[in-house]
Amino acid sequence: MTRLATAARTAATHRLFWPALVLAVLVLGNVAFTPNFLHIEVRAGHLYGSLIDILRLGAPLVVVSLGMTVVIATRGIDLSVGSTIAISGALACLVISDQGDQNSVGGVLVAVGLALALSLVLGLWNGFLVAGIGIQPIIATLILMVGGRGIAQLITDGQIITVNSDPYELIGGGYLATLPFSVLVAVVMIAVTAVLARRTALGVLIEATGGNAEASRLAGIRARGIMVMVYLFCGLCAGIAGLMISSNVHSADGNNAGLWYELDAILAVVIGGTSLGGGRFSLGGTVLGALIIQALSTTVYTVGIPPETTMLFKAVVVTIVCLIQSPAFRAKVFGRRPRSTPATPSEPAKIEVPA
Amino acid sequence: MTTVPVRQRWRPQERHIPVLATLGLLALMYGLGSLRYIGFNDPQIILNVFIDNAFILVVAVGMTFVILTGGIDLSVGSVVALTTMLTAVLLEQAHWPVPLVILAGLAVGAALGFGMGCIIHFFEIQPFIVTLAGMFLARGICYAISTSSIPINDPFWTYMGRSLKFGSLKVTWSVLIAVAVVVIAALVLAFTKLGRDAYAVGGNPQSALLMGLPVGRTRIAVYTISGLCSALGGVLFTFYLPSGNSLHAIGMELTVIAAVVIGGTLLTGGTGYVWGTALGVLALGLIQTIITFEGTLSSWWTKMVIGILLFVFILLQRLIAARRPT
Repeated sequence: MTRLATAARTAATHRLFWPALVLAVLVLGNVAFTPNFLHIEVRAGHLYGSLIDILRLGAPLVVVSLGMTVVIATRGIDLSVGSTIAISGALACLVISDQGDQNSVGGVLVAVGLALALSLVLGLWNGFLVAGIGIQPIIATLILMVGGRGIAQLITDGQIITVNSDPYELIGGGYLATLPFSVLVAVVMIAVTAVLARRTALGVLIEATGGNAEASRLAGIRARGIMVMVYLFCGLCAGIAGLMISSNVHSADGNNAGLWYELDAILAVVIGGTSLGGGRFSLGGTVLGALIIQALSTTVYTVGIPPETTMLFKAVVVTIVCLIQSPAFRAKVFGRRPRSTPATPSEPAKIEVPA
Repeated sequence: MTTVPVRQRWRPQERHIPVLATLGLLALMYGLGSLRYIGFNDPQIILNVFIDNAFILVVAVGMTFVILTGGIDLSVGSVVALTTMLTAVLLEQAHWPVPLVILAGLAVGAALGFGMGCIIHFFEIQPFIVTLAGMFLARGICYAISTSSIPINDPFWTYMGRSLKFGSLKVTWSVLIAVAVVVIAALVLAFTKLGRDAYAVGGNPQSALLMGLPVGRTRIAVYTISGLCSALGGVLFTFYLPSGNSLHAIGMELTVIAAVVIGGTLLTGGTGYVWGTALGVLALGLIQTIITFEGTLSSWWTKMVIGILLFVFILLQRLIAARRPT
C-alpha cells in the first residue's frame, strides 16, 4: 500500500471528510458552469464574489446551527429557532422605528440589546420546559414554534415594519474592513463556541449529558443546568440571526422571517455528522453543513436549475448525504461491515439491577 | 385471610385521563361559547367545524399511527399538496377518468410513505430526517409540476363539494369519509395484530423485537398508512377547495402534530387513541370558530392560543406520568 493510499484512507475515516467532499463537489460543480465562480475581487473597498456571497448569506444559518448543535448534543432539539428569529427581528425593528432618529447608534444598541435579551428569555423558557419540567424537547419547543409566530405578529401588529437605519443595516448587510460584517459576527460566534466547548470542560459536560443524562447526574454533573444553558445559547444564536436577517432586508416580517430555519439548521447539524441521538458533536461539521445548504441554494441560481425545483434538489442531496453517513447503508450497499465494534458502540444493554 | 371488598369510588383509568381532559376542555369551550355568543349553540356550528377540518382529521389519524410507534412524519403537509396537484393535473390536463385519478393519488401517497418507512427501517436513519427529506421531495415535485394554481372543474368534484342536507343540518361527503376513517382506524388499533404491534413497538421496540413481533414490518406499515391517509386528506382537500396548488397545506404537519398531542397521544409512543386525536382536531377547530365569533381578535391569536393549549396539555400529561408508579 502506497503512502498516498494510506493517507487517503485516513482522510476518508475523518468525520469531516464527507461534508467537506460534498462542499468541494458543489463548489467545483459551479466552476464548471460559471468559470469565474471562484473569482474574488475588491470593489469599492468591499470583497465581491460568489464565494463571499455564500459566506455572507450563509452567516445567519451558521450562527443558528451552532446553537442547534449544542442543543442536539444534549439529545435535545430546538424547533423554535425560526420563531425566535422572527421575534428578535420584530422587536429590534419596532424599537428602532419608534425612535425619532433612526440613525442614532445608541438607539440601535438599545434595540439590539432588547432583542437579544428577549431571545435569551425565550431560550430560558425552552430550557425550563425541558430541564425543569422534563418535557420532551421536540414538544417543548413546538409550543414556542407555534405560539412564537403569534408573538412576532403581535409585536409587528401583523404588519411588516420597515426601518431606515444605517447602524442597524451594518449588522446584516454592511462591511467592516472589506469583509461582510455578518461573516465577522459568525466567525466570532464560531470562535467563542469552539473555545468554550473545546478549551474548557464544557464540551465534555455537554457530551456527557447527551450520552446519558441520568448517569452524568450521578457522576456529579449538573445536567439540568447544562441543558438550560444550551437552550439559552440556542435562543441567543437565533436572536443574533434574527437581527442579521431583518437588518439585511431592512424590515421585520412576523409571518415569514426565519420560516423553515429550524429545519435547515437541523439539516446542517445532521449533515455535519452530529447524531440526533445526542452525545458527540462536531462544530466544524456543523459549519460545513450550513455552508453546504447555502451553497446548494446558490448553485441552483448559478447553474440555472429552475428555482421551482430547489426543494427537489435539496431533498436528493439530503437523502444522499444521510445515506452515505448511515453505517447500516454502507454495510448493506457496499458490502462492508461496520469497521470495528468499538467504533460503533452498540445499544447499551439495559440490565435490570435489583435494588 | 379474606379480603373485604371495599367499595371504590369510580375513577377513570389513568391512560384515559388525557382524552377525558380534552373532552372536558371541548365541553367547556362549547359551553362558554354558547353562553357568550348568540347562535353558537346551533348544532350546525359543530358540523361546520367537521366540514372545515375533515381533511386534517384524516391526516391526523395517519399521524397517530406513526406517533404511536414512537416515530414522526413531517411529510404529511407536502403529501397533501402533492395529491391536490396530481389530482388537478391528471383530471384537467391528462383527462384521466375520476376513479383512476383518485387511485393514482392514493397510490403515490402510500408509495412515498412506504419508501420513507423502508429507509427508516433498513438504513436506520432517524424518522425526523427521513420524513424531512420526504417533505422537501413531495413539495419539490409539486413545484416541478407547476408553480401556478390549477383549478378543478370536474362535475364529480362539484358534487362532492356540495353539502348534503339532513333537515336543517348540512354535512359534506368529506365529513362522512373522515368519520369512517376514524372508526376504521380505531378498530384496527384496538382489535387487529397490526394495532397491537404498533402499541408494542412504540412502548419498547427492543422488547417487541425480543417477543418476536415484526418490528420492521410494523414500522414500514405505519408510514405507509400515514402516506395513504395524507393522500386521502389531499383528495378531501380538493373537494373542499377544488384546485391543485403547490402552496396548499404549508405547515399542516404542525397543526396535525399539535392535534395528536392535544388528543393525549404521547410522542414517545405506546400510549394514545384515535378518538383522542379526533377530539384534538375538534378542539383546534373550535378555537378557530370562537376567534371568528369574537370578531375583534386578530388571526395571530389562534397561534398563541394553540401554543398555550399545547403547553397546558403537555403539563397535564407530565403530571400524570409523574404520578404513575414506575
